[in-house]
Amino acid sequence: MNTLFDKIWDSHTVRTLDGGSCVLYIDRQYIHEVTSPQAFAGLRKRGIEVFRPAQVTASPDHNIPTKNQHLPIAEPQSAQQVATLESNCSENGIKIFPIGSERNGIIHVIGPQTGLTQPGMTIVCGDSHTSTHGALGCIAFGIGTSEVEMALASQCILQSKPKSMRINVEGELKPGVCSKDIILYIISMLGTGGGTGHFVEFAGSAIRSLSMEARMTICNMSIEMGARGGMIAPDQTTFDYLRGREFAPQGEEWEKAVERWSKLRSDDDAIFDKEITFDAADIEPMITYGTNPGMGIAVNGEIPSSEGMDLASKTSYAKALNYMNFAEGDKMIGKQVDYVFVGSCTNGRIEDLRAFAYFVKGRKKADNITAWIVPGSKEVERMAIEEGLRDILEEAGFELRQPGCSACLAMNEDKIPAGKYCVATSNRNFEGRQGPEARTLLAGPLVAAAAAITGVITDPRTMM
Amino acid sequence: MRQKFTTLRSTVVPLPIENIDTDQIIPARFLKATTREGFGENLFRDWRYDKEGNPKADFVMNSSIYKGEILVAGKNFGCGSSREHAAWAIDGAGFRAVVSSFFADIFRNNALNNGLLPVVVSEKMLAEIFATAEKDADMQLDIDLPTQTIKILGTGVKESFEIAPYKKQCLMSGYDDVDFLVSIRSEIETFEKR
Repeated sequence: MNTLFDKIWDSHTVRTLDGGSCVLYIDRQYIHEVTSPQAFAGLRKRGIEVFRPAQVTASPDHNIPTKNQHLPIAEPQSAQQVATLESNCSENGIKIFPIGSERNGIIHVIGPQTGLTQPGMTIVCGDSHTSTHGALGCIAFGIGTSEVEMALASQCILQSKPKSMRINVEGELKPGVCSKDIILYIISMLGTGGGTGHFVEFAGSAIRSLSMEARMTICNMSIEMGARGGMIAPDQTTFDYLRGREFAPQGEEWEKAVERWSKLRSDDDAIFDKEITFDAADIEPMITYGTNPGMGIAVNGEIPSSEGMDLASKTSYAKALNYMNFAEGDKMIGKQVDYVFVGSCTNGRIEDLRAFAYFVKGRKKADNITAWIVPGSKEVERMAIEEGLRDILEEAGFELRQPGCSACLAMNEDKIPAGKYCVATSNRNFEGRQGPEARTLLAGPLVAAAAAITGVITDPRTMM
Repeated sequence: MRQKFTTLRSTVVPLPIENIDTDQIIPARFLKATTREGFGENLFRDWRYDKEGNPKADFVMNSSIYKGEILVAGKNFGCGSSREHAAWAIDGAGFRAVVSSFFADIFRNNALNNGLLPVVVSEKMLAEIFATAEKDADMQLDIDLPTQTIKILGTGVKESFEIAPYKKQCLMSGYDDVDFLVSIRSEIETFEKR
């Protein structure tokens, strides 16, 4: 009567301390330039080596420019962080995919893409969207820099075991509804703290029917409802995705791995601390109107009223709407848009670029829109060029940039100016997330495409 | 060895806003340092300062009446990014404890790993603290880690709070997890051979 989560967690627990803190063994650690330098500095100060360098993989992604990657990084502090990552990796024998190299990309895009991420593993990274990897049936979650140091020092971290939660999405999705809409819908129903303290397993027929990349979008945003992570039991879709990837098991090892992975599922009688079921048919294309990812509604909906909220919530709600310059009862359709950002570890994979490109094919970008189309990895960029997506985009007035985290958190030059509205396929609409005073509207690639063509918020189904 | 935490008596800085995310605590553009120091000056940067870097008069940290080593915030504090820089910034600005009715998981761990105590109180207690502080900016809170209690000094209203026993021990003795994990490397090696 164990959950999938229990099975993987328990089999990776080295020791449980009094009071429940677990020494959890980590199979795979990913690092990037922003949250790792202080961890390496800590190791140096203590005079200890990286314990298992072969289990660590690095990729610079947060700071890197998305144009002219062949040139040195212009911004000195960003350049220094990237250089520090490179030297820390070379000193410690850690595999790194440098900027511009064929395997470089957002760490959560390249983990699955290279086959480093596999079912049944425990994976950590100093980044909350590490939950993305859970789509392949592993336990993957974000940690802080002290924990990055712990994992480098011992291949273990110390954490209490979270509670379990299962979210089922049953039935068939309506046409024009994508996986981003599913997760934005779930977060809008549960709130940004609805999953706190829990690790979520996503299940149900609608989840099963999703492609591997669409599943990654769902797990990616589990942190946005506060969950420690999200996961989906591996199945044929998972195995088909992983087969033949560079670091996936090969030959006889592959057969054995699939046999092992096929057993990774929650027992039929497993009991979850919390279980919720949604009907796929209730989900519409979504968009956010506020300053946290829980503030989402159907794109053709109206901004909800604050009636019935307690005083504290009302105050926070008013602050959010004031920041966005929206009012209760406003319709989203027809609202002004200035920027469109397609990319990030949430929606920067090839299927997202395909969805966007095929939608804009034969149409023209609206004149008032500045659009940044940023592939999640060098490999996604290569595929987009080979498949002719770049040509489609250019014909429609768009430009395909180079890979990186880009305007999701605006650590590089890709910043949305103050006061401007950006429809973004990324994961966070917090105040200033995309640049000081920038206003972010989260959505999937189709809603982003419809906004890019019409210049205002538009229901993509009216154009399909 | 870091600073130990046992008891703390201090006035508070109240921030009655819900869902304060780590991008507000420390915006991403300030995450470019490679050391742990210096983040305190950019704590709540865009709420605290205008574009020219002048303090915004309406933000509580710029008020002359609210000072202290305890930050009190609305529920779901620290949601969003895993950046430990958020805990470093709060610590760097001179806070030793954060009180809220609800913390995001990663932030809570990051705080604990830096000797910054996250104190979870009931919604009722949180409302009581905000209301008392609004009337009296000199209100003090007593936080007692050994007995796991928090008290409003003037009114005597108190509550107990939860903390993982291991983390409590780390805070009280100033130990950190890396020391512990390195000390059990041989056990981890044995586990790897399983």
